[in-house]
Amino acid sequence: MDFTSVTFSDVTRNFGRRRALSGVSFSVEAGQLAALLGANGSGKSTLLSIASTLLAATTGIVLYGTATAAAGGPALRNRIGLLGHDLYLYSELTAEENLRFFAELYGLDGVQRRVSDALRASALEDRANDPVSSFSRGMRQRLALERALLHSPRLVLLDEPFTGLDDSSAIALRARLARVRATGAIVLLTTHELEAIDTIVDAAYVLSRGRCMPLAPGAGSLRDRYRRQVQA
Amino acid sequence: MTFLATAARVARKDLLVESRSREVVYTSLLFAISCMLVFAFGLVKEGRVVTDATAAILWITIAFAGTLALGRIFDRERQNETLRALLLAPASRAAIYVGKLVGVLTLLLLVEAIVVPLVMVMFGATLFRHPAFMLGILLAGSLGYAAVGTLFAAMLARSRSRAALLPVLLYPITVPVIIGGVRGTAALLQPEADLVVARAWLTMLVAFDAVFITLCLWTFEPAMTE
Repeated sequence: MDFTSVTFSDVTRNFGRRRALSGVSFSVEAGQLAALLGANGSGKSTLLSIASTLLAATTGIVLYGTATAAAGGPALRNRIGLLGHDLYLYSELTAEENLRFFAELYGLDGVQRRVSDALRASALEDRANDPVSSFSRGMRQRLALERALLHSPRLVLLDEPFTGLDDSSAIALRARLARVRATGAIVLLTTHELEAIDTIVDAAYVLSRGRCMPLAPGAGSLRDRYRRQVQA
Repeated sequence: MTFLATAARVARKDLLVESRSREVVYTSLLFAISCMLVFAFGLVKEGRVVTDATAAILWITIAFAGTLALGRIFDRERQNETLRALLLAPASRAAIYVGKLVGVLTLLLLVEAIVVPLVMVMFGATLFRHPAFMLGILLAGSLGYAAVGTLFAAMLARSRSRAALLPVLLYPITVPVIIGGVRGTAALLQPEADLVVARAWLTMLVAFDAVFITLCLWTFEPAMTE
């Protein structure tokens, strides 16, 4: 299956008596990069988990094109790539073994080529046979991103992808995200590094206490607009 | 990708990870040996084991070591949230369950490969006078225990109280396995092995395996959706 938009309609999620998300509604189209902004605990990661189909909404609906997560099943999951705050890598395995395992689990063709491409894109070709436990946070982050992109997903979900990256790695990640977006992917990310995405973001949404509002247009940088909206 | 290929890849990955760290096998084995020593001090009087205690010692040791192994195997998946990555793959979640089950069972059988000869030496038990029955009881009992344990350990992987909750949930459900294992083994340890009773308990263990593996395959997907 494939789709060209993701639509959240009145999505609410409760954890016991605590409401993490309340009436979230917005849509992102193919070829767009949208950012979810907000303070810690505002519901950003919860919303990404719902978009990834790993967490069900308490009420409301998420549509992938015209399909729901339940209707899409494994075919839908095949079109979703998720990079979580935890990196979803086996630290005892090497970089190559991690990539190969997930490529085979996704049933991809040309596994060796994809693994080589991913190692090149993450600039880890010379560390391919080293265990992930020996990598720095930035190296793990780069590898985890390529793991999430191995199967060329339509929907790319990234939770704080700039965490732990030095300047050059952050610049490389920004260029990589721009290339992913150019392939027609829908990129939805959370970040506190607003300067890092200022030049590539197409739309931004601010989450506060589980409620979601589009970032108001206006003059100034992304951070300036975010501050104005939060302080208002 | 086929169901069996997915299960095989997940199991192979688990065994590869364990071959690098050897943490689960070593800790489970040391724990099992410690358990046996405690039982030996408590239940061996003047060089003789309390009647019928050997079978119980063997299966309680397997159950305790198995709980430890289950907890550690799923702790690994929790540390970097790799369980979420597995669940996000477009593979059958039942196949992922089977892969994890095969990994757990293999490690449990590895521990048993050391524990069973130790029980034979320490308690003077001739467990393999009827090797087919004994191997059948060990395999069927371990499979049933691992099947239920894999489901519960996966469900509890993200729970803060998982270390306490796993045995609380697992032991009541697997009581039939422990009883079947103990009674079947005890029947084989009689001076004249009671093969009719041993066969009856082996049949019960196989039936338990069939019922619970079916239930676990059925419930794994909804249980893992938060």
